[in-house]
Amino acid sequence: MTTGKVTGIIANLVMVEVNGPVAQNEICYLVLGELKLMAEVIKIVGSTTYVQVFDSTRGVQTGTNVEFSGDLLEVELGPGILSKNYDGLQNDLNKLDGIFLQRGVSSSPLDADKKWNFKPIAKSGDTVEAASWLGEVGENRLPHKIMVPFKMEGSYTVKEVKPEDEYQIYDTIAVITDNNGTDHNITMSQKWPVKLAIKAYNNKPRPSKLLETGVRVIDSLNPMLEGGTGFIPGPFGCGKTVLQHALSKQADADVVIVAACGERANEVVEIFWEFPTLVDYRTGRKLMERTTIIANTSNMPVAAREASVYTAMTLGEYYRAMGLRVLLLADSTSRWAQALREMSNRLEDLPGPDAFPMDLSAIIANFYARAGIVELNNGKPGSITFIGTVSPAGGNLKEPVTESTKKATRCFYALSQQRADSKRYPAIDPGLSYSKYNEYPEFQEFMKSQELESWVDNANLMTNYLQRGKEASDQINILGDDGVPVGYHVHHWRAELIDFVVLQQDAFDQIDQMCPLKRQKYMVEKVLDICSAEFDFNHFEKVGELFKKLINAMKQMNYSEYLSEDFRKYEGEVDILVSEFQGSTLTQASV
Amino acid sequence: MEITATFQKKYTQIEDINKATCTLRATGVGNEELALVGNKLSQVVKIIGDKVTLQVFSGTEGIFTDSEVVFLGKAPTMKVSEDLAGRFFNAMGDPIDGGPSIDGEVREIGGPSVNPVRRLQPNKLIATGIAGIDLNNTLVAGQKIPFFADPDQPYNEVMANVAMRAKADKIILGGMGLTNDDYLYFKSVFQNQGALDRIISFVNTTQNPPVERLLIPDMALTAAEYFAVDKNESVLVLLTDMTLFADALSIVSNRMDQIPSKDSMPGSLYSDLARIYEKAVQFPNGGSITIIAVTTLSEGDITHAIPDNTGYITEGQLFLRKDSEIGKVIVDPFRSLSRLKQLVIGKQTREDHPQVMNAAVRLYADAANARTKLENGFDLTDYDSRTLAFAKEYSNELLAIDVNVVVETMLNKAWELFSRHFQKEELGLKQELIDKYWK
Repeated sequence: MTTGKVTGIIANLVMVEVNGPVAQNEICYLVLGELKLMAEVIKIVGSTTYVQVFDSTRGVQTGTNVEFSGDLLEVELGPGILSKNYDGLQNDLNKLDGIFLQRGVSSSPLDADKKWNFKPIAKSGDTVEAASWLGEVGENRLPHKIMVPFKMEGSYTVKEVKPEDEYQIYDTIAVITDNNGTDHNITMSQKWPVKLAIKAYNNKPRPSKLLETGVRVIDSLNPMLEGGTGFIPGPFGCGKTVLQHALSKQADADVVIVAACGERANEVVEIFWEFPTLVDYRTGRKLMERTTIIANTSNMPVAAREASVYTAMTLGEYYRAMGLRVLLLADSTSRWAQALREMSNRLEDLPGPDAFPMDLSAIIANFYARAGIVELNNGKPGSITFIGTVSPAGGNLKEPVTESTKKATRCFYALSQQRADSKRYPAIDPGLSYSKYNEYPEFQEFMKSQELESWVDNANLMTNYLQRGKEASDQINILGDDGVPVGYHVHHWRAELIDFVVLQQDAFDQIDQMCPLKRQKYMVEKVLDICSAEFDFNHFEKVGELFKKLINAMKQMNYSEYLSEDFRKYEGEVDILVSEFQGSTLTQASV
Repeated sequence: MEITATFQKKYTQIEDINKATCTLRATGVGNEELALVGNKLSQVVKIIGDKVTLQVFSGTEGIFTDSEVVFLGKAPTMKVSEDLAGRFFNAMGDPIDGGPSIDGEVREIGGPSVNPVRRLQPNKLIATGIAGIDLNNTLVAGQKIPFFADPDQPYNEVMANVAMRAKADKIILGGMGLTNDDYLYFKSVFQNQGALDRIISFVNTTQNPPVERLLIPDMALTAAEYFAVDKNESVLVLLTDMTLFADALSIVSNRMDQIPSKDSMPGSLYSDLARIYEKAVQFPNGGSITIIAVTTLSEGDITHAIPDNTGYITEGQLFLRKDSEIGKVIVDPFRSLSRLKQLVIGKQTREDHPQVMNAAVRLYADAANARTKLENGFDLTDYDSRTLAFAKEYSNELLAIDVNVVVETMLNKAWELFSRHFQKEELGLKQELIDKYWK
């Protein structure tokens, strides 16, 4: 193996004089007494290799020995990943002793001793290739497929698959033979370098199925699809994290991977403490059972922050290859970009915009491109839906990370300071935000097949009302309440009704926090019925009077159990109010 | 700071000197190791081959090219023990109160971070009596939160008030670029309240060199970790002013020819600040570290790199603003935020707390719109006038920083204001709460 000696240190960038071949992105270790500090090669100039150390370089000297590993940064894949809390380099945080994270310590990501009940899928004589399913174990009751390792090239013949029994992850569960007649033992564990995408699938179609999140302003207005990509930019204090947590709790996915990338530790702690107690209402199981957390909080080493998003994506690709629906959340990709900036700065690269590296845009686009819905080689679908947050400096959306991400994603959920200031949560700005998926004909087809027809039409109608409402209220602000026709006030209040009843949602209320699709459709149509009703107001103050009462009653509906007695009671109040002002009764929306 | 003289390497040939750093040829030197350059404390910040760059904390004035450089073979340390309580130190950890130096266990400052799975979710409310904080932006032990304030605002006074009422076992003041007057103010507040025995101060005043400030947070937080981890105590750390800390960072990075990012700040500003603020933690053994900091702004501009990065790290921020209508300083309900309040409000406080808080702020926002209308010369509706009347009383009786009552009284007061100015259905509150608390 190649070894080397340190010749220079600037923070966590270390220069190493090497005596043999090294690879870009190869992993090496700085030997500091008993400690081994992990580092990654990021640049090679002649015999000087530049490495970024995933830990504090305190005490490293010129002459410190460096051992190269020959491998790239890899994660270990196998049953037991779910419910784990990893750091950015896939160390199992629960296995590390002590309150503090000591330098140079590591722990194995999987549990070597745990027994899994393996059931064969393939049989001897079958032809298999990388990612073919050989068997299955139950991981938190999810079907976890044991696959031919992704690194194996070409096709193989199955010689033997072990019968159903209890096995540990390093036991051989199958033997496959290559074209030269060589046998390969397959275990339940395999490794994969995180910076390379796992491409063991047939093709990548366009997304078409709605990913239910229970957040009205997303599902009903700017829907996210299974295998889709989106991002949430917003100034601090606008509810990015609350929104991401809501998604991680409520989204209809089999596996949820949360990458806490350079964010607050207490936010991760919230997940640690709450998810084991919260129940997924669709399956009745604990949320933690489907969740894996990659915690590289802001005080943990910067270089590992960059690795953490790749670690998370690779775990997602692993579960996608099993035909599962994965939701990947990264909070926040700006911190990842900043880690890239710190390093490019130390390397004295010529800076791009805002001192970020020139290829930032390409790096972000490549990363988002790893998400998506795929058709596996066996014809089954699997998906990674990826939603990242962006923390734009100064809340200015014209900065490099936001702009690059906008090019790489299909959904844009812009959080607005103004909405947050007036406590209109979630603060997703209906004017700026969009979902390109609303334009996908295959999505509209899908909604029809789910008996949720006119979903997209309703979204467009609402967007229209909101737009007109905004224009009207701008006019009112310029010309004064009585300087505009009463109709302007009606436009303004229709938008307010949609805002308060559909857009705003109480993430801390037991009932309102999660709004299933059927209920969303019901409320949206109820609101649209009122918006399309003709009222005859003789004075502008009457408009506000009616709509405030409507908003109040419909908010109470949102707080009540769907179709419960209370729900019906408040709905009755709404209908009476409308008919009083209209002089005729509104037809009740169909269930 | 503890300085011992074993195995010292001495050099007397300095090649480069600029305002903050000096460079010499030396071998066998570790990164972040301490050194004395002509008796000035310095730290290794860069090594290229045999060229070692030292950051001189107190500035390089008076350093000769042949000044003696002694490497101390270790990173910065301090001694910790119960004796720290009641004492005042400078940025190096040397007593400045005339008392004896501290004896105790030697600890490296700027130590490792807490394993996130060993943290407890913060859960203890910190009552301050100030409704702008307790009602709208409740603080929780283990939280980190700064005051965002213009230099002319009374942030140090409010912070001292909060500290005195917070019932912490230890209060640690980290003063960076404090004016001498403010330093004496803190000292006299601590003394007058008879709290001196639970206060520890690390102070760098405007009279001291700016780069020294870089040591203050690490000193304060190493002491805090001693009391929180070893003694299971609740510790409140006050850091004022973090803007001056960040300025010192930019001075050093500038001297080291690093490419500046936004607002001439180093590209690593976010990580540098996070390393400090993330020391705030609730430990499972009952000990906790809460950080209340001050970030001064330039004319309220929060898009500047320092407040902006801080906002993304801390768990909220508190804004002070002078309300000209009532002539008092208030805690601005729009821009202030405590992210951890959801963990305690309505749980450790009365059930109506979350909704009452939001409703009041919404009405206050409506009042702001009404005021804009008024200023533009438009007629106000009846509702507009009522929101304005509400806003004035809300500001005076709840938001002003001179309020000092318990949370339940704040909630009752809010309901009283609601019923004085509004109809039940104008509030958008849950019906069951209205049935129970409407006055």
